[in-house]
Amino acid sequence: MGLEQAVGDSFLTTKLEDAINWCRKNSMWPMPMGISCCAIEMMAFVAPRFDASRFGSEVMRFSPRQSDVMIVAGTTTYKMSKVVRKIYDQMPDPKWVIAMGACTSSGGMYRTYSVVQGIDQFLPVDVYVAGCPPRPDNLLNALMILQQKVQRGESRGSSMAIIGEFPKHHHPHQLQAVEQ
Amino acid sequence: MNQRVLEKLKAQFSDAILESNEFRDELTVVVPKERIAEVCRFLKFDAELRYDLLADLCGIDMYTPVKRFGVLYNLYSLKNKHRFRVKTFAEEDDPKVPTVTGVWATANWHERETYDMFGILFTGHPDLRRIYMPEEFEHHPLRKDFPLMGIPGSLPLPKKS
Repeated sequence: MGLEQAVGDSFLTTKLEDAINWCRKNSMWPMPMGISCCAIEMMAFVAPRFDASRFGSEVMRFSPRQSDVMIVAGTTTYKMSKVVRKIYDQMPDPKWVIAMGACTSSGGMYRTYSVVQGIDQFLPVDVYVAGCPPRPDNLLNALMILQQKVQRGESRGSSMAIIGEFPKHHHPHQLQAVEQ
Repeated sequence: MNQRVLEKLKAQFSDAILESNEFRDELTVVVPKERIAEVCRFLKFDAELRYDLLADLCGIDMYTPVKRFGVLYNLYSLKNKHRFRVKTFAEEDDPKVPTVTGVWATANWHERETYDMFGILFTGHPDLRRIYMPEEFEHHPLRKDFPLMGIPGSLPLPKKS
């Protein structure tokens, strides 16, 4: 790039969208929707041994107004689905959803009348996590996959007008420049 | 203890003990539903028996043409350290059983649960609402004729926008 040759090593150039997404992906504050036993593993995920703060996600916000990603951790019944959706609707855009565990993703072992067979019937899910319950490192992996999605400017839930119309593919050196 | 309970009950309610059954030292008696509150009151307040804890109250769906629904009362006497069961039955077209909330206050939620799951109506109950399922739900999930995966469309989900 001509500009960087002109100003030397003290500057780097990128696109504004890339810079914003880089900020967003490294400060994903979770809304802990801990409905059942997966929530125990979610606690371990923020605790020192697994340490979600390495990825900027240690700030569990119990207010939907202050959170970016909802981690739905547990069996979601039809009665609870209204509450989950209401809290999701209260989160500001842009927002993301992680479906943690077998019950949340597909109903799991609860093939019965009272359990929603997958929360994607009423929520736009970005990442599914397998396991019953998933280990905390599996949830960390989901967070890292979500970070890649955020860097690409993708979200299943928020409208593109809020995220910004970004190109699907970036030049690798642009990403590197931002991450240095 | 089982024999003593049965003796006392038979002396007090000679016409109300329809059936009694002892299996592995566990005594169960069947009483007509009209007399259930009266029998329970006696079992709780009799100075010797003192069944002061209603450990559980649950419904039964026999799925038979007569006496389809049952209600089972699991009692415990803290004084005698003795467990005892009372059963009563109701017909499918008239699933009504008098409440025992006046005897044990804890029966309130147990009867709401039994109403929610089996549709057994407890006459005289102070607040007979559903306890698990949403209030607008129209079925009773633990009845034998209710499908395991539910009735499609009976439980609405929020819209996925």
